[in-house]
Amino acid sequence: MKIQTQITDKLNAQFSPTHLTVENESSQHNVPKGSESHFKVVVVSNEFAGKRLIQRHRLVNGCLADELANHIHALAIHTYTVEEWSLQFAAPDSPNCLGGSKGDETMKSKLN
Amino acid sequence: METIDKIKQQIAENSILLYMKGSPKLPSCGFSSQASQALMQCGQEFAYVDILQNPDIRAELPAYAEWPTFPQLWIGGELVGGCDIIMEMFQKGELQALINEEVEKSA
Repeated sequence: MKIQTQITDKLNAQFSPTHLTVENESSQHNVPKGSESHFKVVVVSNEFAGKRLIQRHRLVNGCLADELANHIHALAIHTYTVEEWSLQFAAPDSPNCLGGSKGDETMKSKLN
Repeated sequence: METIDKIKQQIAENSILLYMKGSPKLPSCGFSSQASQALMQCGQEFAYVDILQNPDIRAELPAYAEWPTFPQLWIGGELVGGCDIIMEMFQKGELQALINEEVEKSA
C-alpha cells in the first residue's frame, strides 16, 4: 500500500476527522522522484478539544509511529478542533528544503 | 558519559535548548531553520545542539523525549514541541511569553 494511503487510513480511523489532508511534499526535497519521504498532514477533529498542541502532536506521532520509524523522514503536523478550523480554514506552508536529508544515513533504508 | 546522561545534563543545564539540524546561523533543514529563527526573534539567549554532529544524541533523544523528529525545543526541562508547535506558539505570542517567563525564573 502507498504510504500516503496508509497515513490517510490510520488518521481517519483514529481521529474521525471532519477535514483531513495528507500531502506528499517529497518532490520539494532532495529525494528521488516518486519518493514518499516528506508529508504534511492537516487534521481537524474534536478529539483535539481541550488538548494542548504537544498532546495533539503526540497523538498524531503515535498514530503514525510505524511510518515515522520505517518510511518517512519528515512530518509536518497541523491539528485543529472543528471550531478552531472554522476560524482559520488554512494551515501554514511547510518551510523550504535546505538539503538536510542529503547524506543522511537514515534516509537510505526509508527510501526503499 | 553515557549518551542518556549527556542528554539529561544538557536539558538540566540549559533552560532554553534547541536540538536541531545544523546551527542557527547555518541550519541544514527547513524545519530547524524556521524554529531557530523564531527563537532568535524572541530576543533571548538560547543553547542549541546540532544533532547531525552528535549522532549518538540523535539516535537516543527521540526515545527519551517520546518525540520522533527534530527540531525539538526544550524549555525549563520540558519538551515544548517541534517546528510546527514552535511556529504556532510564536505567531500567537505564546512562545515569547513562555521564554520571558523562563528567563525571569532562572534570573
